[in-house]
Amino acid sequence: MLTIKNLHAEVDGKKILKGINLEIRKGEMHAIMGPNGSGKSSLSSVLAGRENYTVTEGEVIFEGKNLLDLSPEDRAREGLFLAFQYPVEIPGVSNLHFLKTALNEIRTYHNLPPLESKEFLKLTKEKQQLVDFNANLMNRSLNEGFSGGEKKRNEVFQLAMLDPKLAILDETDSGLDIDALRIVAAGVNKLRNADKAFMVITHYQRLLEYIVPDFVHVLYNGQIVKTGTKELALELEEKGYDWLKEEVHQKESV
Amino acid sequence: MRNSNEIIDDIANREYEFGFTTDIEMEMAPVGLNEDTIRFISAKKEEPEWMLEWRLKGFQAFKKMQFPKWQHFEMPELDLQKLSYYAAPKKKKQLGSLDEVDPELLATFEKLGIPINEQKALAGVAVDVVFDSVSVATTFKAKLQELGIIFCSFGEAVRNHPDLVKKYLGTVVPHSDNIFAALNAAVFSDGSFVYIPKGVRCPMELSTYFRINAENTGQFERTLIIADDNSYVSYLEGCTAPRRDENQLHAAVVELVAMDHAEIKYSTVQNWYPGDKDGNGGIYNFVTKRGICKGKSSKISWTQVETGSAITWKYPSVILQGDDAEGEFYSVAVTRNRQIADTGTKIYHLGRNTRSRIISKGISAGFSDNTYRGLVQVGPRAANARNFTQCDSLLIGDRCGAHTFPYIESRNSTATVEHEATTSKIGEDQIFYLNQRGIETEKAVALIVNGYAQEVLNQLPMEFAVEARKLLSITLEGSVG
Repeated sequence: MLTIKNLHAEVDGKKILKGINLEIRKGEMHAIMGPNGSGKSSLSSVLAGRENYTVTEGEVIFEGKNLLDLSPEDRAREGLFLAFQYPVEIPGVSNLHFLKTALNEIRTYHNLPPLESKEFLKLTKEKQQLVDFNANLMNRSLNEGFSGGEKKRNEVFQLAMLDPKLAILDETDSGLDIDALRIVAAGVNKLRNADKAFMVITHYQRLLEYIVPDFVHVLYNGQIVKTGTKELALELEEKGYDWLKEEVHQKESV
Repeated sequence: MRNSNEIIDDIANREYEFGFTTDIEMEMAPVGLNEDTIRFISAKKEEPEWMLEWRLKGFQAFKKMQFPKWQHFEMPELDLQKLSYYAAPKKKKQLGSLDEVDPELLATFEKLGIPINEQKALAGVAVDVVFDSVSVATTFKAKLQELGIIFCSFGEAVRNHPDLVKKYLGTVVPHSDNIFAALNAAVFSDGSFVYIPKGVRCPMELSTYFRINAENTGQFERTLIIADDNSYVSYLEGCTAPRRDENQLHAAVVELVAMDHAEIKYSTVQNWYPGDKDGNGGIYNFVTKRGICKGKSSKISWTQVETGSAITWKYPSVILQGDDAEGEFYSVAVTRNRQIADTGTKIYHLGRNTRSRIISKGISAGFSDNTYRGLVQVGPRAANARNFTQCDSLLIGDRCGAHTFPYIESRNSTATVEHEATTSKIGEDQIFYLNQRGIETEKAVALIVNGYAQEVLNQLPMEFAVEARKLLSITLEGSVG
């Protein structure tokens, strides 16, 4: 589904990604871990097409298409979804109106007719229950006055509504208390299926107790320095990142 | 035969497009401004002597006045001698319904797309159409007449309801109020007149549609609305003008009078031609709008969505004379390219327990300048007066300007006056967020702007709100990027 080859990127002339290689297939759950400033969130920004990131080398193939040639909105329409670490507030625009606009933009792109209001509301209700999203928040302005947890849960609700092929969760667990974390994880687990892939970016192993990954990658200094299974996450939890950093530096000095 | 409902329905169905002109034989006054011009207009309109006298008084006042200098923009050179002050479709016959209107003219309205939502039952809308200077048709007159409501062109009111006109004309905006109001008093061409009798709630939105068509003309319409005790009326006004290289002057006057417990809601969607991207051409929209809450517990509410005109310069105001009276001003002003807006409101609290609320949303893009200027004045008798003002500015790009000049003068210590102001930019983060959900940048901006203006748009009658939303989106197309 997604193939990242030797991806280099910079922001404001500063090198952030230094040769990422990653293959994600349908149905897989990948966790990206790593210390602060290792490039985890930059990777998600580059994949989603944030403007101030410049790709200097490498390629990204998403469902047979060269992802880097597509505009951010076309990447989304092709089925790439980013659950933001810091979801923005848009005053005066209702959550539902926004979602309907987004859904219909995506449908139009795929030559599908826009959803009738009735069908849309039916879908809304179904997904809201599926991911246990507070129905009162649906008619409120998009994220305006939402608590941190509500914003994150709204991201998962949107993910359920837009039904992408690949969902990137950028530190969706940050700022959540344990109850909210469980609800968010349960929502994500319900959305897992054989056709959908996930890339979960997180600092902590905690989230991975609830969302069990098939692969764990450690990003450090703009590169994936280690790949393993969920046991790797446990090892990191126990030992921290320092041993990995040392390993990398030893290799470099050889 | 199609009835006028269907025609309006049709008109409303069409795309918004305003840059065309209509070839209709026009009757024009000779170019220039002098007493003869005024006599010519008055004679053309077969006015009684008192009306001519009033015009001449206005002209005398005008001659003594200078253009103001306090505005926040460079005053363009206006040669008022080069304008023609009267232009009317050549047609003498009295028009009863839209069916009788020149088909060319109707075709124009079709292209204009009168801002009414066609899906709504149009039985609820009465339209008075002012084409250049003459009101060509007023629909639904008969139905309104049954309730004793008078809704007609100003000219007709002068002929058929002289006592009402004489009683109220110039009582809110005197003939010598300011130079443009004086000019209007002298040369006003036509406009609308509304009278709602005691105890009557007008069952439909009254609507006027203005259009400047002819070259080298100014449009000087005059609107007078009187809501008698315990009555209610909602009035809508929409405007467009064709694309022309030279500037055209629009100096209208609107007077509102609300008696005891009466309420007037006045909504404007202004989309006059704004000029090209370099600032050539466009309408100078210099308008005086003022209402007086004369009676106790009366209410006047202005809502405006201003997207057009090269320069928009106006302050729809409310004088809260009656005790417990209430005034409101809701405004969205959008400027782009080289457009200028210097707009806001003035609220005069004279009566006790009077309340006012001002919500202004300025949106500037391109090289434009958007100014909010507002005055809240509390008189010595206005015990417990309350005002709340919020004025927000939204900037798109970094070459435009937003300015706020709030004036507060309180002469009563029991009054409460609140002022809040914010300035924000459409964030790249907001746009990227929407992009990431499959929404392209242009739509994203439209969504953000509509959300920003929501509080004001909510004040508009439903069918107008739909149009205004579309207009906001269209206006800002190409402003980002």
